[in-house]
Order: sequence, then C-alpha cells, then structure tokens
Amino acid sequence: MNTTVLGTEEAEASFDLGFLNEVLAKTGTSTAALIPILQAVQEKCRYLPEEAIIHVAAALGLSVATVYGVATFYAQFSLEPKGKYVIKICDGTACHVRGSIPVYEALRKRVNLEDGRSTTENRMYTVETVACLGACVLAPVITINDQVYGHMTADAINIIIDTLGQEGTEHD
Amino acid sequence: MIKTRQDMITVQERYGQALQRAKARFVVCAGPGCVASGSLQVYEALVQELKERNLHTTVDCLLEAEGQRDGVITVNSGCQGFCQLGPLVRVEPEGILYTKVKADGDDVREIVDAMEAHTVVTHLCYHDPRTHAIMPTEQEIPFYKHQTRVALANCGIVDPEDIRSYMQRGGYQGLATALELAPEEVLGKILQANLRGRGGGGFPAGRKWAIAAAQKTDHKYMICNGDEGDPGAFMDRSIMEGDPHSVIEGMLIAGYAIGASEGYIYVRAEYPLAVQRLRQTIDDATKHGLAGKNILGSDFSFVIHVKEGAGAFVCGEESALIASIEGDRGMSRPKPPFPAVSGLWGKPTVINNVETLANVAQILVKGVDWFRSIGTEDSPGTKTFALTGEVENTGLIEVPMGKTLKDIVFTIGGGIRDGRQLKGVQIGGPSGGCLTESHLEIIVDFDSLKEVGAMMGSGGMVVMDENTCVVEVARFFMNFIQHESCGKCTFCREGTLQMLQILQRIVDGHGEVEDLDLLIEIGEAVQLGSLCGLGKSAPNPVLSTLANFRDEYLAHVVDKRCPAGVCHNLRRLVISEEKCRSCWLCVKVCPVNAISGSRKEPYKINQEKCIKCDACLTVCRFGAIEEVY
Repeated sequence: MNTTVLGTEEAEASFDLGFLNEVLAKTGTSTAALIPILQAVQEKCRYLPEEAIIHVAAALGLSVATVYGVATFYAQFSLEPKGKYVIKICDGTACHVRGSIPVYEALRKRVNLEDGRSTTENRMYTVETVACLGACVLAPVITINDQVYGHMTADAINIIIDTLGQEGTEHD
Repeated sequence: MIKTRQDMITVQERYGQALQRAKARFVVCAGPGCVASGSLQVYEALVQELKERNLHTTVDCLLEAEGQRDGVITVNSGCQGFCQLGPLVRVEPEGILYTKVKADGDDVREIVDAMEAHTVVTHLCYHDPRTHAIMPTEQEIPFYKHQTRVALANCGIVDPEDIRSYMQRGGYQGLATALELAPEEVLGKILQANLRGRGGGGFPAGRKWAIAAAQKTDHKYMICNGDEGDPGAFMDRSIMEGDPHSVIEGMLIAGYAIGASEGYIYVRAEYPLAVQRLRQTIDDATKHGLAGKNILGSDFSFVIHVKEGAGAFVCGEESALIASIEGDRGMSRPKPPFPAVSGLWGKPTVINNVETLANVAQILVKGVDWFRSIGTEDSPGTKTFALTGEVENTGLIEVPMGKTLKDIVFTIGGGIRDGRQLKGVQIGGPSGGCLTESHLEIIVDFDSLKEVGAMMGSGGMVVMDENTCVVEVARFFMNFIQHESCGKCTFCREGTLQMLQILQRIVDGHGEVEDLDLLIEIGEAVQLGSLCGLGKSAPNPVLSTLANFRDEYLAHVVDKRCPAGVCHNLRRLVISEEKCRSCWLCVKVCPVNAISGSRKEPYKINQEKCIKCDACLTVCRFGAIEEVY
C-alpha cells in the first residue's frame, strides 16, 4: 500500500478531474467499479471531496444519493480530510482485553482531540479505532500510516507522538 | 509454462535438488507479528552477513549448472505461528528454530557461525519455561508438537512469492488431479470428505458446490471470502500472505467442479500485503498456464480478480459480500434464494472461506480417506485458531478437530500468563460464545461448540484470566456488532442498540436485576428475527456470559461491584488511614466536597457524594487514595 503522505493543502489542491478521468479509464464505468474508484480518490485525497462524489455519480450514471450512500456505508471512506498521520488503534478482542482503550484515550488527550472529532484542527492527526488489524499477538497494536507498532502503552504513544511532531515540523 | 503434470514434477524435482545443493536455508518469518517486531531487519542483516562471508546464494543461482554450490538460501516466509517469540528464524534442513532474534548485536553472526560449525546457538533456542530444557527444533517444542498442519502445511515454509517453491511442496498437483477427473467426480470427493466451511457456520462445502453445479446457466462465479473481520482472528490473513497459491489452487478446483469461469477474492482492506501477494500470485499462476485460459492445456478456463473490501464487518456475510462486489452498500438480503442459486449479478455463486479452500487441493492429492482420518466423524480435518489473550504462548495454530479446549489452552498455549487463573475462553469472536473452566474437557468441533452455546466462528480464540471482566467484554462485542450492523432489519438494528444500552448501563453502575432478564428476552428475539448470520449470532456473547457468569452480572447490578476490577465507574475511592498525612490537598481539589476530616485525623471520602473524578487520586502525594473494586 502506498504510504506517501501529502501535506493537506497539497492534497486538496491536487484533486483535479484529470486524476478522476485517469482512474475511470482504468476501472471502467460499470457499477461494480464504484468502490474501487472511491478507494482511489480516498487514497489520493485522503477524503472524498463533494465534487468527486458528484462527478463519479455522473460518470457511472448513478444518483448522487447512491454514491453518497456507498461512501458513508464503508469505514474506509471519509467525507472530511484526514490528518497527515492517520493513527488506527486496534480495538479487536485481544487488544481490548490487553488495554487498547487507555492507549486510545491517552492519544486523544495528547493530540488535543475534542469530543466527537477524529481529526485535529491543524489536520495533523486522525485518530480512529479499528475492529482488528490481525496482529493480535502484539496487542495492543496501533498503526500510523500503515506502519505497525505493537505492545502499545500510554507512555509509548506519547513518545511516538513526540517523534512524529518533530518530523512534522522538519518536513514543513 | 506448465502444460502437464510431468512439467510440474520436473519443476518440483529441480527445485528440490537445488535446495539440497544448498548448505542451508534460512527461513525468516515475515508474518505480521514478526515483521512488527523487526524480522525484515533481521533478514537484511542475515543476507549482509552471508554476503560478507561469500556464502549467500539464491535458488536461481543453484539451479544453474555453473551456479554457486553450497551457499545459503534466505527466504522471507509467511507466518510460522509462534508469534509470541518473534522474530523467528528457522534453519533448514535441521529445522532449528531461533526465537527473538535481533538484527543488531551478535545474534545474526552467531547464527551463521553455528550453521557453519554444525552447532546450535542455545541462547536463541526455545527454553521450556517449566523444565528449562533447551529445545532447538520445532518437533520438540510443545507449541508445535501437538499441532497437525493441513491448511497451514506450507505456511512459514514456502517462499510465498515463488510459485516454484509452492510446486516443490507438491503444489498444483491437486489441480492436475482434478482436471483428470470429471467435474462431478471432483464434487463427489469434496462431498465424501465432508469438508465443512471454516468461515464459521460449518456448512458442508460440497453441498454448496453441488447446488451451484446443478444450475443450468451460461455463467457462474466462485468467490473466496477473505473478509476476515472477526476481531481477534488472523488465520486467513496468514494463509493469504504465507501460502497464497493454495487459495488460488482451491478456487481453481472449485471453479472446475461447479462449472464457473470467473472468480473473485474479496480481501479486507486492512490487509494490504495479502492484496498485493494475491495479485502477484494470480499473475504468476496465469503466466505459468495454471490460471486464465486453457489451464494445463485443457478446455477449462478460469480468471480470478482481487476485490479490496472497504471496511465493513457485515461484508463477511455472503449476500452482503455480493452486494459489495456489485458496487453497492454491503447489506444482506433475505435467503432463499441462496447465492449458490442466485448470487453475484443473479448468477449461481459459491462463496468459500480462505481456509476451506486451502484444504481442497490436499483432499484431491492425498485422498478422501486421509482427510477423514483426521478430526472427528462429523467434523473431519483440522481447524486453525488465532490463540491470543492472556495465554502464555500466543500465535497461529492448527489442530485436528476434536482436541479438547484444555489441550489447546494448556498443552499448546502453555496455560495462563504469569500463573493466573483461567476465567473464560471467547471462541468465535462477536458471533461466538464464552466458555468457562467447566468446559475445558469439551472437544472442539463444529457441533459440540454449538451445543454449549458457542460457535467455531472463523477461529479467533481469546483467553481471558481473572482480570478480565466478562460483562465488559460482552458490552465490547455488542458495541462492535451494533456499530457494524448494516441497519437493514429491525431486530438487528434496534435490538443490538437496546442490548448495548443496557450493558452500558450495567458497566456504568446503573444496572438493575430486571435488566438481566430483559437482555435475555431481547437477545432471543434478535437471534430469531434477524435477517442474516451477523444479527442471528450477535446476542451469543451476551447470552453465553449470562448463562456462565451470572454471578458476575449480579455483582455489577446488585452490589455495584466489578470483581475483575475493570469497570471504572464501579470502583470506590478510599483513603488509607496509614498513608494519609491529613495534608488537606484532596479536600481542596474535590469538586463536590465529598472529603471530610480534620488536621488530626485521617480524611474520609463520602461515597454517596463521590463522583469518581479522580481529582484526589491525582493530587495525593502519599499514595493514600486507593481504588477498591
């Protein structure tokens, strides 16, 4: 999987119809192509811009409501831009019984996430829980942009965020 | 290009000879667990060390007549199973297993030294925690000794990215055998073998195939269900990443038997490596003439596509999975018609789980009698489990059906961590049930688990000790299911929400005794009224914990106490008389004035006023505030 991280502004600016047309050329415009098309847009932009949804609907001959319905059904799709670092905390059974929620809470506190939000104001971090990452033996597990970190603790997550914060400023 | 069985045997023999010419083969586990503990770095370090000593070689090099002899081959394999002790390195042909190998330090150098000197690096070998005996080979280690590997036969041994490595292990000979038979004969063998669906339900695969085979239509589909969504399960992932060809071969045989020419593998988006491996595997198989048009020179053609899921647990259910491939919301629909009659785009469709398909080729090669000799009469064969939680040896295991729960948890799993007490085993994930110590002697197969209110599920097995609160675990599963319910039918959509709210109330300390009967009443209604398997099995964790751990529920609702010490709102904060120095800090921070006392005597917390905000706990410098459960 591509783990290249774009700056958010870059991501927003880079959504153009040219990209969508390239995707459509590859996938075709059958209804079965809808999910792969949305996946490509999500991967490129880190969310599904409204414009993209309208365009995909037109190209596939579907109503905007149908595309919106699919986009909101699956956890992979997001209607809001995700952060530069997408942190997934595994809350599968094994991780749950070994303490994933304290890690989740420590992380939310550390990046100052308000209640009900999953992405920070500065669009640096997105914090989500996922059902199972399939790495139960390392419980509790988190992934940051698909890089796996096992045996997580509240202290460890703070150290990781410190490191990411430094990297983030260097890049910007 | 492989055109005949003889071509396969030639590849098998040549590859085998190349392996024999090698001095050794280092198999570095690249399963998810080992990778996260740094096995890829170990692999690089091993290659580097071998290159410096001019010992490194490849299979291709050994296959050439002029190639280097006696070198060492290195392979990144799929999951070797003993994830607990990763990164793992196995040295063949001796089968020496090195555990917790580190890339930096002396480990890598010592392994290469020992290989050259025909000795063993004892400090990297498995030590039996009880007898302290050193066990250098897999065959000696109890974790491996009591397993029987069929679906995982190649996983952790073959090079998953080299089709020849799979052929060296006899791969694709099942397909060759199938193509020598008529489709009905292949179907007959799978029926006789009584291969039951490993995805959870245990429905005989052969019966599904037979229904689809009987349909007269222009097009049929074969789907491999790799949407392993059960939290706490990673068996299918390990097979797709570690032995992807076995899944493809199983699909090809199934496609031939039912008369399909097109197949889909639906894989969870959370498994990027599996997606990549499967795509490459299909390309390789096609290039070798083992997939695509006129397979092995026959009239049989079969194309396979990989479909990435988009993150919805319900898509593991057959009709929802089909909706998702068609580009729709993954919502289930009423059955019948069953997919085998009318499935993908209205055509007959067989959907089998990854592990089920990984068994198929071996049944054809080794025979029905061989398969039926493993396991129990009604559940032949083996089952893989992801053994996790508070057990000493966590990892990926495969056992014959009919082992007792005790064998799995204690003999293979090595018992409970740190000598604590076993409380329960959650088997089958959010659709399964929670077994207790009194179930240790039951045998694990499809039917006996159903009898005790659990189910095989896809094979997640989470061991819980005395520090796990079963009420909280039941709430956790209900929260998961409620979140993942597709919302189509009322019983699942509303029923699971009601059950979740009641369970939340109980763990928050506001539960009442009547809530327990209400949970059972709603649970039974959801089981009866839901449209698909997700809803029908959703109440299982709650109902089975209510049946097996009623006392613990009662402690929560009557005594407002959590015996396991997990439920945050059910603890009391008390001040230790010995430790309290009457410094007044806690009194100052308490927002509800619940703490009273004077300078001379220890302070006290008024439990009725206390809102458990932990302000006093944080501020006390003497550790005098204690949490009592």
